Amino acid sequence: MSGFEPVLLRNVGVEGVRTLKVSESRGGWAAARKALTTMTPDEIVEEVRRSGLRGRGGAGFPTGVKWSFLPKDRKHTVLCVNFDESEPGTFNNRYLAEHDPHLVLEGILIAAYATRADLAYIYLRAEYHELFHILQRALDEAYAAGWFGADILGTGYRLECHIHRGAGAYVCGEETGLIESLEGKRGWPRIKPPYPAVRGAFGRPTVVNNVETLACLPAIIERGAEWFASIGTPGSTGPKLYTVSGPVNRPGCFEAPLGLTVRELIEGDDFAGGMAGGRKVKAVIPGGLSVGILTADELDCRLDFTDVLNYGLLGLGTAGAIVIGDDADMRKVLANTARFYAHESCGQCTHCREGTGWMARIAERIAAGAGRIADLDLIVELCGRMGMMSGMSICGLPDGAAYPIRLIVEKFRGELEEAIGRQPPGYTERYIRDRIPSVYALPVLQAGAAPARERAVPA
Amino acid sequence: MTAIARTDNRQEVLAAARAELPVDIVAFIEDCRRQEHPESNLIAVLHRVQEHFGYLACEKLDAVAQLMNIPAAKVAGVATFYHYFRMQPRGKLMINVCMGTACYVKGAEKVVDRIREELGIDFGQTTTDGVFSLNSALCLGTCGLAPVVMINDEVHGKVTPDQVPALLEKAMLKARQSMEEA
Repeated sequence: MSGFEPVLLRNVGVEGVRTLKVSESRGGWAAARKALTTMTPDEIVEEVRRSGLRGRGGAGFPTGVKWSFLPKDRKHTVLCVNFDESEPGTFNNRYLAEHDPHLVLEGILIAAYATRADLAYIYLRAEYHELFHILQRALDEAYAAGWFGADILGTGYRLECHIHRGAGAYVCGEETGLIESLEGKRGWPRIKPPYPAVRGAFGRPTVVNNVETLACLPAIIERGAEWFASIGTPGSTGPKLYTVSGPVNRPGCFEAPLGLTVRELIEGDDFAGGMAGGRKVKAVIPGGLSVGILTADELDCRLDFTDVLNYGLLGLGTAGAIVIGDDADMRKVLANTARFYAHESCGQCTHCREGTGWMARIAERIAAGAGRIADLDLIVELCGRMGMMSGMSICGLPDGAAYPIRLIVEKFRGELEEAIGRQPPGYTERYIRDRIPSVYALPVLQAGAAPARERAVPA
Repeated sequence: MTAIARTDNRQEVLAAARAELPVDIVAFIEDCRRQEHPESNLIAVLHRVQEHFGYLACEKLDAVAQLMNIPAAKVAGVATFYHYFRMQPRGKLMINVCMGTACYVKGAEKVVDRIREELGIDFGQTTTDGVFSLNSALCLGTCGLAPVVMINDEVHGKVTPDQVPALLEKAMLKARQSMEEA
């Protein structure tokens, strides 16, 4: 991707850019000054809407449209910055904020001004200790320079900004879960409506935006909506941070216009630089775990908001790619995936709590070498049941669980069946009987699923 | 009316709660109480308590509930919901078994089974004598030594299940020695 000049990562590697002085000398905070002194909030919302900026947190909702849902006659508005970043394989927000915390804070100020928010919370995930201190230092400096607090730049606009640390819950990345957690409760997603735009944190109109989304705002204000819309592909405008992990030569975070293909991301010299140790790609989870999985034949998938749908994926997600090499066992990938969602389900909706738990148990059994072909159908059916309920659950976690698990089973069915075929005969029965004798003794299993020679003889 | 007044032990309860927590945390809570939506700081308070004591004991949770004026059940609910909070003290010896892919395929699970058998604890638990805690790590970055077991800061590579008892005994002896020296 030659000729593309980084927008979000332009300050990476610049010495001292975490300080306000160096950041300002590199053009930081100029966009915030322009926004606050020459534009009205509505003009900014309109500019962002025309730029086509879509949320970078996973769902890809147009940011300007989201802001326009706020009631017109609101008094106090809260801006929540979603820095929970718990999607497996994703670390672009951390990378961005670690290298350029002032860009994030400038984006927060512009978004808060545009939505007329007087209170901003950065919801930071608990594991980011180091980053907490980096952000807090940058925030203190920005406060001291008058970028936050009362009467910013003499405009009479007032904004308070706090960093709130989470405590390790995947579901708090969901916007209403995040709001609940912010209020000091369990991070249980809320039933919608009312949407946060109407009734969010502390009962006030609330906007929840991802860190990377906000970091795009200074560039939009500075260079205009048309410039931003000219980057990327139609419907997917702007630059995007891609992260790559797995057995590649250069795992890390890279910036490119939306629409980069998975192949370029893995093999490109500007990106991950090919597979390490002579391995081949077996599979790629292209956008954080929840979007699903691509096989080695599907690497031409473009990572934007539309092309991913042609490959059966849930969406672009966070563009955090996990590369799986040809030496990996897909049964273990399946079990690992299923275990994650079972662990993170918040337990409010029955089909998610039970569905993820059962899928994890079935997948563990397959990974332990005691699977049955019928288990694969069972998993797909369970995913279908959870999928059937889409929109019937409080949040998107069951959908996010069903997509990767179903796609792993569907796209790698041949390999999984072959592995099951290699198991020693009778091992499945022994495995189940040893571990869960009470279930094994159930009459229904004795009559149905158990092999004929072990079936109970009716008296 | 006087009977009610005599049973009101609010001040005593608050004093007892203050005695449970270090001064800076009590000051932080009182600071929060003066702000809008004080209950929203519950997670921040629990972070501080865990940082200070290493874990969240029942008495500390009760003290937080009293001082913040939040039902104790709600405080316990929040503390148990988030994975970051621990309700049990960590042992003196922290066993970290790497369950990353490289260690996993080289038999880390068998090593863990043996440790479980020897100590009678599972991942995330501590022995009743408070000596050993068992945890899993996803990769310790020493895949060449797989399977890897870390006891406190000491890395043990290429561990077989049969080496486990001797390994644990050695670690315990060492811990006892350093305790006697101290």
